[in-house]
Amino acid sequence: MGISAHDVTKRFGDFQALDRVSVDVPDGSLTALLGPSGSGKSTLLRIISGLDQPDSGSVVIAGRDVTGLPAQKRGVGFVFQHYAAFKHMTVEQNVAFGLKIRKRPKDQIRARVHELLGLVQLGGLAGRYPSQLSGGQRQRMALARALAVEPEVLLLDEPFGALDARVRKDLRQWLRELHEQVHVTTIFVTHDQEEAMEVAQQIVVMNEGRVEQVGGPRDLYEHPANRFVMGFVGPVNHLGDDELVRPHDIEVMREPADTTTRAMIERIVHLGFEVRVELLLDDGRQVQAQITREQAEDLGLQAGQLVFVRPSRSMVFTS
Amino acid sequence: MSASAAVATPGRPSRIGLRLVALGYLALLLALPVGLVFYRTFESGVAPVWEAVTTPEAMHAFYLTCVMVAIAVPANTVFGVVCAIVLVRHRFRGKNVVNALIDLPFAISPVVIGLALLLVYGREGWFGGWLLDHGIQVIFSPVGMVLATIFVSLPFVVREVMPVLREVGDEQEQAASTLGANGWQTFWRVTLPAIRWGVGYGVVLATARALGEFGAVSVVSGKLVGRTETLPLQVEERFQRFDLTGAYSAAVVLALMALVVVLSMNLLKPKDRKV
Repeated sequence: MGISAHDVTKRFGDFQALDRVSVDVPDGSLTALLGPSGSGKSTLLRIISGLDQPDSGSVVIAGRDVTGLPAQKRGVGFVFQHYAAFKHMTVEQNVAFGLKIRKRPKDQIRARVHELLGLVQLGGLAGRYPSQLSGGQRQRMALARALAVEPEVLLLDEPFGALDARVRKDLRQWLRELHEQVHVTTIFVTHDQEEAMEVAQQIVVMNEGRVEQVGGPRDLYEHPANRFVMGFVGPVNHLGDDELVRPHDIEVMREPADTTTRAMIERIVHLGFEVRVELLLDDGRQVQAQITREQAEDLGLQAGQLVFVRPSRSMVFTS
Repeated sequence: MSASAAVATPGRPSRIGLRLVALGYLALLLALPVGLVFYRTFESGVAPVWEAVTTPEAMHAFYLTCVMVAIAVPANTVFGVVCAIVLVRHRFRGKNVVNALIDLPFAISPVVIGLALLLVYGREGWFGGWLLDHGIQVIFSPVGMVLATIFVSLPFVVREVMPVLREVGDEQEQAASTLGANGWQTFWRVTLPAIRWGVGYGVVLATARALGEFGAVSVVSGKLVGRTETLPLQVEERFQRFDLTGAYSAAVVLALMALVVVLSMNLLKPKDRKV
């Protein structure tokens, strides 16, 4: 069950948007498609929804092969980055749209719409027009509209991309909680690794039209399959040609020890609980170490100082 | 800083100067001539005007003008909306050619349009003979006049709707389709409400143009008084006969009709909310 895409290929002119992509999304899960722009993540989502058609390959939703079916007949809920609110309709009419199309009885529509507006915390705003709502409220309305028709799957295309940082954070948490309540199989597209890590149970990392790795947030961070994934899901330092180290896996010492390298502190950046130490190695490489503020104070670190560093944990990807 | 402020808010004398130029231009070239027509019309009272606009010929010209509008405007509205959707939402070969073709009625003199219709539908024209044999007379009849009116008022709805469609984008339509709406439902419930003001303005402009069309209609009508005479033709015909009161009266009726059209659009549009 759930959603699966098999060998999906899509070209736009000379641009290979998707190159034989296969993805399986378990029933009831919350999955992120993560990748930089141009990686094909939105194209894959639109192909699953039926808004775009693949050049080859197939899409199966809840056991039904829907390849070739238009969006209208797939039973998907789709949420757009820029809300796609029906501007001439009130919040209530927006949410009721799919039910009206399905010709449900009026009282049933009203009950369902009010239930959903409660769920997305827009209960008091049913009579407003989208232009009278904030970005976050519009997106919650769009979500209620998509959920109204009880879709088999919910697809969200950069749902928080147009919102400011604070609202984004609130909505991430809220989306996760909502998913726990409604349990509909959900895929959302994002280019923000933090967002994917925070919200999703499973993450599909995409790059240049291909799937690089599929796994849980911790999996990807701890055991990245390759250089791209390691660099995309968190900050990295390059030591040597094939060796990558996370900033928090660099030890900083005042005295030399086994395998340490000498480095000069260029700058110290305070991030609250943690401190980022920007270092210049003897061989001219720049690396960043991330340590707690307490450690930095114990070591008495200052810009211009000479220190000794070594990786406590690194990954080697031979290219 | 001070320089940019000066550009943003011109000094008092230059502001007044700008207003004088704008208002003077309007007054001299628009308000004065139209005002004079009204003044001359009612110079010798209302009675002769009433008499001039209630003759059977005048009533018929009024009726025929309304018929022209009633056929040409709905036809161009339907065509205009469909055409705008095709041009904005679809990709096809020769799109640029079609796009340029739409502006043809703007570019070509109405008289030339009238002559072109004569060439196609006249007795010696391409279809004219065949149509006459089947009992349809196009030239020197209201049929040809309607064709001419459609031709000259064709671009307005298309040109008003296209930019609105582009601005609205197709995301709302995509959203409707994911919610289960078919093409027809999406058009009526989402697309049309989103472009309704564009359509409205297009209709107003097309109506105004159709009301006032003289050149093309004049060529194909044959100007048969009481049969193929619209109000603009009647103004000219009366003027030629030195029936100045009659000409002015017909002109005033025409101007009032146009005024009603423009005003009704402004009244229909809600002022509090722009959606």
